Amino acid sequence: MSTEMETLVNREYKHGWVTDIEMDTLPPGLTEETVRFISAKKEEPEWLLEWRLKAYRRWLEMTEPTWPNVHYPPIDYQSIAYYSSPKSMKPLGSLDEVDPKLLETYEKLGIPLSEQKLLAGVAVDAIFDSVSVGTTFKATLAKEGVIFCSFGEAVKEHPELVKKYLGSVVPASDNYFAALNSAVFSDGSFVYIPKGVRCPMELSTYFRINAANTGQFERTLIVAEEGAYVSYLEGCTAPKRDENQLHAAVVELVALDDASIKYSTVQNWYAGDENGVGGIYNFVTKRGKAGARAKISWTQVETGSAITWKYPSVILQGDDSIGEFYSVAVVNGMQQADTGTKMIHIGRNTKSTIISKGISAGKGQNSYRGQVKILPKAHGARNYTQCDSMLIGNACGAHTFPYIDVQNSTSDVEHEASTSKIGEDQIFYCKARGLNTEHAISVIVNGFCREVFRELPMEFAIEAQKLLGISLEGSVG
Amino acid sequence: MTTIAAVPPFAELLDAPRPAEPAWLAARRAAAAERFAAVGVPSSRDEDWRFTPVSAIANTAWTAPGVSPEVTAADIARFRLSTGSLAVLVDGRFAPDLSELPAGVTASSLHAAISEGNAELESHLGLVAPIAMSPFVALSLATFTDGVVLHLAEGTTLATPLEVMHLTTTAAEGALIAPRVFVTAGTGARGAILEQFVSLADTLHVTNAVTELVLAPESWVEHVRVQRESEQAWHLGFTHAEQATASHYRSFALSLGAKLARHNLHARLGGEQVETLMYGLYLTRDSQLADTHSAIFHDQPNCNSWEVYKGVLDDTSRAVFNGKVFVQPIAQKTDAKQTNRNLLLSDTARVDTKPQLEIFADDVKCTHGATVGRLNDLQRYYLQTRGIGGRTAQELLIWAFAAEVLTEVTIAPVRAAIEQIVRNRLDEMLG
Repeated sequence: MSTEMETLVNREYKHGWVTDIEMDTLPPGLTEETVRFISAKKEEPEWLLEWRLKAYRRWLEMTEPTWPNVHYPPIDYQSIAYYSSPKSMKPLGSLDEVDPKLLETYEKLGIPLSEQKLLAGVAVDAIFDSVSVGTTFKATLAKEGVIFCSFGEAVKEHPELVKKYLGSVVPASDNYFAALNSAVFSDGSFVYIPKGVRCPMELSTYFRINAANTGQFERTLIVAEEGAYVSYLEGCTAPKRDENQLHAAVVELVALDDASIKYSTVQNWYAGDENGVGGIYNFVTKRGKAGARAKISWTQVETGSAITWKYPSVILQGDDSIGEFYSVAVVNGMQQADTGTKMIHIGRNTKSTIISKGISAGKGQNSYRGQVKILPKAHGARNYTQCDSMLIGNACGAHTFPYIDVQNSTSDVEHEASTSKIGEDQIFYCKARGLNTEHAISVIVNGFCREVFRELPMEFAIEAQKLLGISLEGSVG
Repeated sequence: MTTIAAVPPFAELLDAPRPAEPAWLAARRAAAAERFAAVGVPSSRDEDWRFTPVSAIANTAWTAPGVSPEVTAADIARFRLSTGSLAVLVDGRFAPDLSELPAGVTASSLHAAISEGNAELESHLGLVAPIAMSPFVALSLATFTDGVVLHLAEGTTLATPLEVMHLTTTAAEGALIAPRVFVTAGTGARGAILEQFVSLADTLHVTNAVTELVLAPESWVEHVRVQRESEQAWHLGFTHAEQATASHYRSFALSLGAKLARHNLHARLGGEQVETLMYGLYLTRDSQLADTHSAIFHDQPNCNSWEVYKGVLDDTSRAVFNGKVFVQPIAQKTDAKQTNRNLLLSDTARVDTKPQLEIFADDVKCTHGATVGRLNDLQRYYLQTRGIGGRTAQELLIWAFAAEVLTEVTIAPVRAAIEQIVRNRLDEMLG
């Protein structure tokens, strides 16, 4: 490996700084009291507390899954702090009231709220650790009847909606981490698009993990009524820490008949250092339920986290519904990713498309794990899956675990996968045209991921390309 | 999962008195019995058996096969795939009278070979297909009584294939039959092994067959495996080929019989320039289940593997396919391709396929593909517009689908015999 490449590979994590704000943090530990404390702190109604407690009790009976192709020391759930919120938190007001330090935080990430408002036309519901600190564009959205607020606020102002849909896609007992999240979730985002409304702008949330040793347990619930449309963006960066931090989020999407939800993620949590010290454990449950003729599309670019464990899925319940999954997962250093999707075809003539691009470099281990299930009554169902892996260097690994389960004869399921090395001749070709190695790899890798990137909204696509560059360039020796 | 309760059904077999055996075998049998006692019969919670329910096997107290009725040469003739040499096992016991083993080929009963002392067996038997491969492989090693040993001498080329026929009779009812086939191919040896599993009676039994193959450098072995046992039976088959430098192993497996048929086909590519080809076809009907679990271990650089498995499913039958390809860090320049295609003729048939790649080397070309679908209406329509009737069109299209793997049987008369078997089954399936 050339020195130039060494430098690139060993490039420091860019977003690794800590904002110095006093936190109102619960001491580490998880008991029924912790759950009650969080619920009380958030002034939640009795039914939600009960829901949390039920999830907590269920969680106690469950065991952590061992089937993913990832390895990490046992997590001590009693050493995690389950609640922290910036002290300077005020009831939601204008942006001017927000702690300038927080605003500074976002500026470092390149998402100044004020500018976003003007330039991008994106409403940002920024999550700083666990509590929503600023919501913009509310008025514009309110005009259309769109609700976009923090989860806590939704519980207070739209309890009937939250009660109706919370846990309807990902039940509290769904899996170990979803149960944990259901018990202790601190905040998150809530989106509601009324019948027939096309959300006038792309909705966006940036998550940040700030305080040390705090788990981040967001909960996102998006409900698109009949014929509604919304595009939702989620981006993540986290400051550098030496201890692993647990991030167990739950995202539920409800697309009623003829509705369409597009959910895009760029995940760049801290990945740990080259020895695998530190980094985020990103154990996320994401699932959508699609009604008749509805469409749910997941796009994800996963470049960060020490360990990624997530399978954004679609339950294709209604006839003619559509599910899509576009993913780029990059592992470098000691990163491990076990990610993919589940497409459960229940309705007739349901369609799903899975495009997964895995890139492994350094000592990273990348697994695609997917399930395509065609139930007996899903006549005329169609699935196309393509998962390609690229290996950079000989110390990494690429694995594919696709489960295909077809239970009727009128369906067509196709699965294709390939694994190959980054093309030396392609690099040579680019270099012969005057590109340096760094640029050449960037061009090739971006080409490899193009099918996924083009699904991302413009500004996200640019960020994704940059992240990919940082994660990978120069990995070829 | 340790289930002590799972062991008693096999107690009679495990504790059966055996003639004196060499110490090395006794030790391996003891280790295997211990292993089986620890793991027991797999349940659906076991990832390897997730879609293949075999736990019911533990509900019956299986016996050793009783005294077999007389089997004549005529009984056997109709099953033959070739005119070459033949080794017959009746209910798991070597039948010298029915076998025709020519000079020049070293072939004998496994039991006899063990008693005579055989260095190859001592260094390989029960180790090529390790007991960790499956609980049933451990059970086989612990309980087997007989089988066949075949040796292809160094530098020789077999003119005709070696056929091994596993035949069950009425005596198989309620029995667990555990035949083992052990094949060694010397340096540069070339030959074909035909292994068949057939039933004379429609009995309910368990066949737990293990085949071990050791391929020396530059050897070339074609292994055809035809399973058409009683449709009441459980068929559990485990094949493991250990390949040395520049050896070539090509396997063709046809699965038609048994109520539940499982075949694990493993190949370890232990030298460079190794080539491994695996072709398979399964035709299932009624409530049959056909399961193939293949594993290709690319342990060394510059090797190729190629796998194509196809299935045609009717009625409420099910097929399970799991193909694993492991590429170790030093196995650079590996070229591996794996394909599984399934054709569903009935709306109640079901397929669970899981092609799996685990790759730790970067300079490789590995792909896999899987499809599940039905006959193409447009193609059928096209044929019909050319005056070809619906049923013929259907048959033609299915045949075309299956032919891709059938043509990979290299020996013409054997291929013709297998094609006839497939045609007959398709005729029955299409009614």
